[in-house]
Amino acid sequence: MNSRAPAAQTSSFAVLSVLTGAARIAAPFAVLIALWQIAAQFFPPYLFPSLVDVFWRCIEIFTHWSQFANVLATVWRILAGLAGAFVIGALLAVLMARSLAVDRFLSPILAFFQGIPALSWVVFAIIWFHGIEFRIFFIMVLTTLPAFTFQVLGALRAMSKDLTEMVMSFRPTRFKLFSTMIVPAILPDIFTAWKVNLGNASRVVVVAELVGATGGVGYELLQQQQLFDMAGALAWTLQLVFFVLLVQNAITLLETMLFSYRAVSERTL
Amino acid sequence: MTAAADHFVRDDAAAPVEIRFDHVSKTFGRHGTGDLFRAVDDLNLEIRSGELVAILGKTGCGKSTMFNMIAGLLEPSEGRVMVSGHDPFSQFDWFRGKIAIVFQNDRLLPWRTAIQNVALGLEMLGISKAERFATAQHWLTKLGLGGHENDYPHALSGGMRQRVSIARAFATNANILLCDEPFSALDEMTANRLREEFARLVRENGKTAVFITHSINEALQIGDRIVVLLRPAKIAYDVKLERDASAAANDEVRARIRQVLAV
Repeated sequence: MNSRAPAAQTSSFAVLSVLTGAARIAAPFAVLIALWQIAAQFFPPYLFPSLVDVFWRCIEIFTHWSQFANVLATVWRILAGLAGAFVIGALLAVLMARSLAVDRFLSPILAFFQGIPALSWVVFAIIWFHGIEFRIFFIMVLTTLPAFTFQVLGALRAMSKDLTEMVMSFRPTRFKLFSTMIVPAILPDIFTAWKVNLGNASRVVVVAELVGATGGVGYELLQQQQLFDMAGALAWTLQLVFFVLLVQNAITLLETMLFSYRAVSERTL
Repeated sequence: MTAAADHFVRDDAAAPVEIRFDHVSKTFGRHGTGDLFRAVDDLNLEIRSGELVAILGKTGCGKSTMFNMIAGLLEPSEGRVMVSGHDPFSQFDWFRGKIAIVFQNDRLLPWRTAIQNVALGLEMLGISKAERFATAQHWLTKLGLGGHENDYPHALSGGMRQRVSIARAFATNANILLCDEPFSALDEMTANRLREEFARLVRENGKTAVFITHSINEALQIGDRIVVLLRPAKIAYDVKLERDASAAANDEVRARIRQVLAV
């Protein structure tokens, strides 16, 4: 009985800690929901619709393929754009890390691109290209490419010189150098880059679809705006938020699995 | 025991020369000023197969530069470095599996377990997974790390991590071992034990080893031969040590080294 007591106590502490953590996450949302619902009592639905209506609109989007296909189209555009920007960005970063001349040539161009607003890229794409999907892919790649390139380049440059020399002392082939040293060393930064760029991409894709597409979450938002349907606008927005949260959590889960080798200090920052 | 003031000619000239420095100089540009700094100056040195040579010198005397030239990580500005009859810099890939290095700090890959770290060099050689893990296991056990195969570096003590790095160097069965002050960061007791183990393994396995150190005692404990360098790396004293030399003989060499280093 006595020997069991500490174990039971530890388990109840763990449950309590999980509940406290969940409450801490839920509390700000609960406050937001409450404030919105209070506003819904005093304002017309086209300004502050009841969240119950928003909930049913969300369910409607999930359960009707014709609507959910728009969500999937947007998700696909985000992922394709990010993947394209990542592959090109990683290649450019490797070239820049290997050659000072390439770095000096590309860095100012990428910095210049970073200063161009996403909406300008949307206008350029509409003028330059006909195909909707290619337009959006182009916009997604161009708006996230500089960040991916600089983030991967930063990770390559921050690699431990000592560890690189150690691996080099075994005379690895280029492939082995990448697989045993470079990829594992920069992977944590790549995951962070994906998390950061995912948020940016979800904002850009909506702008791109709003102006230059005939489907997707951005296009649907435009429809809701024309109908003054705030519940619909919120429901479509929440689809993107759910997607971003889902992917962010999937990346975090992967990080937890892949980077379990990291030492964890008991004293946090 | 034999000793010479400037250049020492070894007695057992029968063993082939494994490492040769032929009038080697290395110059670096000082960052930001454009001035030149000579780290190695007209160095001539021969290390024969099977020797365990301790390279001794004060901090900044060019020991590590010399070490990096043998490893093929630096190119001489003048002269020629030859290892096993090949140029380690221009024929870098030829030395795959032929040179292994134990660094000053353990340099273990944090994302690999102890056994995966030991198997790293074998992976570069294209050895099958089963074979490289069996070899890595053998060396970990030999170095007293049985049971720690699946521990990540952060879970091991400094001494254990350095053992893993020694196991990693031996696992490739390279003919030449280069060691850059590998025990300098460890406490004296651990360092003593590892030094003895290291010297025993080198001799048992018939390796040629170059051991960089700034400690006279370490050089005396580990080396078959001691080469003392003055700044910029130039041989000031080169002595062959007899195994089981008397304390008095060691004291004589120690005094001579101190005299040379005091210049």
